[in-house]
Amino acid sequence: MFSKPENGRLYWKEFMHQCSEIGINSLGIVSIISVFMGAVSTLQTAYQLVSPLIPDTSIAQIVRDTVILEFAPTLVCIVLAGVIGSKIASELGNMRVSEQIDALEIMGINTKTFLILPKILAAIITIPMLVVLSMVLGIYGGRFAGSSAGIISKETFDKGLAGHFTPYNVTFALIKAYTFAFLISSIPAYFGYYVKGGSLEIGRSSTKSVVISCIMILLADYILAALLL
Amino acid sequence: MIEFKNISKKFLGKVVLEDVSHIMETGKTNLIIGSSGSGKTVLQKCLVGLNEPDLGEIAYDGRNFTEMNEEERKLLRQQIGMLFQGSALFDSMNVEDNVKFPLDMFTKDSLSSKLKRVNEVLERVNLTGTNKKFPSELSGGMKKRVGIARAIVLNPKYLFCDEPNSGLDPQTSMLIDKLIHDITKEYNMTTMVNTHDMNSVMEIGDNILYLKDGKKEWCGNSEEIIFSKNIALNEFIFASKFLKDAKQMRMMGANKDHKAE
Repeated sequence: MFSKPENGRLYWKEFMHQCSEIGINSLGIVSIISVFMGAVSTLQTAYQLVSPLIPDTSIAQIVRDTVILEFAPTLVCIVLAGVIGSKIASELGNMRVSEQIDALEIMGINTKTFLILPKILAAIITIPMLVVLSMVLGIYGGRFAGSSAGIISKETFDKGLAGHFTPYNVTFALIKAYTFAFLISSIPAYFGYYVKGGSLEIGRSSTKSVVISCIMILLADYILAALLL
Repeated sequence: MIEFKNISKKFLGKVVLEDVSHIMETGKTNLIIGSSGSGKTVLQKCLVGLNEPDLGEIAYDGRNFTEMNEEERKLLRQQIGMLFQGSALFDSMNVEDNVKFPLDMFTKDSLSSKLKRVNEVLERVNLTGTNKKFPSELSGGMKKRVGIARAIVLNPKYLFCDEPNSGLDPQTSMLIDKLIHDITKEYNMTTMVNTHDMNSVMEIGDNILYLKDGKKEWCGNSEEIIFSKNIALNEFIFASKFLKDAKQMRMMGANKDHKAE
């Protein structure tokens, strides 16, 4: 499928461009989602933990583990499947329909290597970074919401964060992030690259690729949790 | 020279090309004509390897294209330029980057020499000064000319044009035809043009192949086409009254010349 690049410099340029498109351009949405996700998580956890026997530090621990194990990798990747997936599918679909892919083929360029590989690599590099950022912002959002609402002080929250921390949870979250990154980039790339027809079919393949990516993320989430936890 | 023998192609059991053989000559504008669905585009795609023929052989100056592996084809394709029906310019790049792209990919020239070459070909297609414009800012004719500039920037030996006049006004069409014809002579390329345009047939048809229902129906040049007795070809070429009258007048003129001799 993939072959040796015809010109390494141009491929590197394309890879960096995709890192910017997939990684930097998703920073805003990932940050907003993460902060609110952590904040809501703190408020809802505090709402449910009404027993005086459970210490307040548990709120921070539950928020931390939920954000690290599930919210940051899965929720963020589902949102990214929509943002990045539709972009990849429609970009490649448009290139296919307007014969730009054929033009590259005629020039003697392996279009799968030139157009798809940099997207997959860029996603695999940048999405785990976004997930790590999401973990940090999610926890920070929870801490901020807890203290602002007067549910839990910053000091108690920090104390809770430091207690009973399992580093493997971060490793597990990163394994999920790498897996989801591959799914988010490769599924829309397939649908976009092989689209046939016109603008209507581009839209359909874009939607289909996002739906299938989301389902595959949830399926992979379940399989990884069953295997690795 | 591109020679193809006994090319056949089916899609889902439907025969699109059947036993088509012809020779595309070097330094000439070789036209493939035929009504919609006659197999012109499929034939052209088979010749460049975008479709694989079910049967038959294709040879580029004696090199058997059908037996080449992917690496050999990639090398040969660097000698091929193609102008697509919709121009197929890269939307995200400006004119300069579009034309420079093959140079960036396949040469190790310095930036200044690449830009010099880009400006040379842009001047050749009368698009000097449009370097920084994006495809969305260009007219249909300008896009076609950028497409031609990109196709010839690596000095290809073979040029393929898929309906270069589609969607263009008659004057721009003639300009594009003249450009294709002139650069074919200038670069001594083997040029192959798929067209519906009868002006193109008459003006630049050095070697014409007429396809009907996926089969080779007739071949000749723009002079021979006037006097052809092939009924299907005459019905296709001289479909309008205007063209029928033009043919009559041209034949009368030829007869007068003959008598005078």
